[in-house]
Amino acid sequence: MAAGSGAPAESCVGQVVLPGDVLLLPAHPEDDGERLRLGAGAAPRGRLLCGPGLRRCPTGLLVTKCGLLRHRPAGGGAAGAAGGAYWVDSQQKRYVPVKGDHVIGIVTAKAGDVFKLDVGGSEQASLSYLAFEGATKRNRPNVQVGDLIYGQFLVANKDMEPEMVCIDSSGRSSGMGLIGQDGFLFKVSLGLIRKLLAPKCEIIQELSQLYPFELVLGMNGRIWVKAKTVQQTLIIVNILEACEYMTAEQRKQALAKLSGN
Amino acid sequence: MAGEVKTKLSKNLLRMKFMQRGLDSQTKKLLEEEEKKIISEEHWYLDLPDLKEKESFIIEERSFMPCEDLLYGRMSFKGFNPEVEKLMIQMNSKCKEEEIEVDDKMEADVSDEEMARRYETLVGTIGKKFLRKRDQRVLQDEDEDGDSNARPSKKAKKKFLKPQD
Repeated sequence: MAAGSGAPAESCVGQVVLPGDVLLLPAHPEDDGERLRLGAGAAPRGRLLCGPGLRRCPTGLLVTKCGLLRHRPAGGGAAGAAGGAYWVDSQQKRYVPVKGDHVIGIVTAKAGDVFKLDVGGSEQASLSYLAFEGATKRNRPNVQVGDLIYGQFLVANKDMEPEMVCIDSSGRSSGMGLIGQDGFLFKVSLGLIRKLLAPKCEIIQELSQLYPFELVLGMNGRIWVKAKTVQQTLIIVNILEACEYMTAEQRKQALAKLSGN
Repeated sequence: MAGEVKTKLSKNLLRMKFMQRGLDSQTKKLLEEEEKKIISEEHWYLDLPDLKEKESFIIEERSFMPCEDLLYGRMSFKGFNPEVEKLMIQMNSKCKEEEIEVDDKMEADVSDEEMARRYETLVGTIGKKFLRKRDQRVLQDEDEDGDSNARPSKKAKKKFLKPQD
C-alpha cells in the first residue's frame, strides 16, 4: 500500500494515474495574508475545473479512475472556464448518464405522457412528450416505439431515474429531437466518440472529403450515419468502427483505396 | 380610588389587533420580537458550532464537454442536410466568437451605402405628401423653374373661369 503523500499535479500530466492517487495542487493563497497583498484587482487564479475521474479532497485532487491525466491551461477566454482544468482520460464502453450530455436514445415504451428511452445506462431514461419544440397537449410529437431520439440529459445522478429533454433552456430544439428515417446506428467506445468530437478531428475531415453524408454522435457511444446509398453508409460505418485502432497512415491508405475505387 | 387601581388587561387581549392600533411602530416591533423569541425557544435546533465555509476554487464536473471543448454532435457534409449544416456553424461558433462577426457582414442583402442613398430620396418623397397645398404649389414652381421654358403657360395660376352665358 505505497499510497505516498501525493505528487504535484503538474508533474503527472500525460502519465498514467491510478485510483487512490492524490494530486497536490500548487499552494493556494492561505486565507488573509496573501489575499490582502494581491489587492482588489487581481483575481487570484480563477476557478479550477476538476473533471471526470477526479474528486476534491482536503489536500488536492483524488483520482477515482485509471487513465492518463490531462490538463488544459488557464486563459481559455471565451472557450471555457477561466482557470485550468484537470481530468482523467480513460477508456470505457459502458455509459453513465451525465447531466448536459447529448445522447442518442431508442424509444422502448410509451407510458402515458412519458416515453421510455434506452440510452445504454443502467436505467432507462424518461422523456416527456412536452419536451419537444412546439409540443402542446393537443399537438403531440409523432414518436413511435423503436424511433431514435437525440436529446440531452436534464437530470442525471445516481439517486434518480435519468430524465431527458429535446429542447434547450430557451425552448428551441437546436437540432435535438427525432432523428429521421433510414440510416444506420451502431455502437463504439466512449473514447472514440470524444476523439471524433474534438475540434479539428482528422478522421472526420478525411471522411467528409469522400461523399456527402450525415452523422449524429451521441456521448453514450452511439453513432448514426446516413448516406445516399446503402453501400456508402456501410463503408463509413466500417471506417468509423475500425479507425479506433488504426494509425493515421493505415487510415489514409484505406481512404485512398476507397476514393480510388 | 379609580385612579390608583388600573384594571389589568390580559396579554392576549393586548395582542389583539384593535388594541394595537394605537401603539407606536417601535412598540409593535418589540412585541413582535418577543413573540418570535417565545416561539424559537420551544423549537428544537442543532447546537453545533458554525462551520467555516471554505472558499473552494475547485469546481467538480462530471461531464467531458467543458474540459475538452467538444463540438456539436450533429454533422452533415457536402450539403447532405442543409439545416444541419447551418446548425453546425451556429453551434460551433458559440464557442468561437470570431465567426459570428463574419456572418453578420455577409447576411446584409443591401449594402450600407445603398441604404443611405435610398433614405435620402425617400425622406423627400414621403415628406412632400404631408405638405399643405400651398407649399406643394411652391415646391412645384421651384422644381420647374429649372426646367425648359415650354411649361410656363401651364404653370400659370388657374383662375376661376367664369362660365359664359
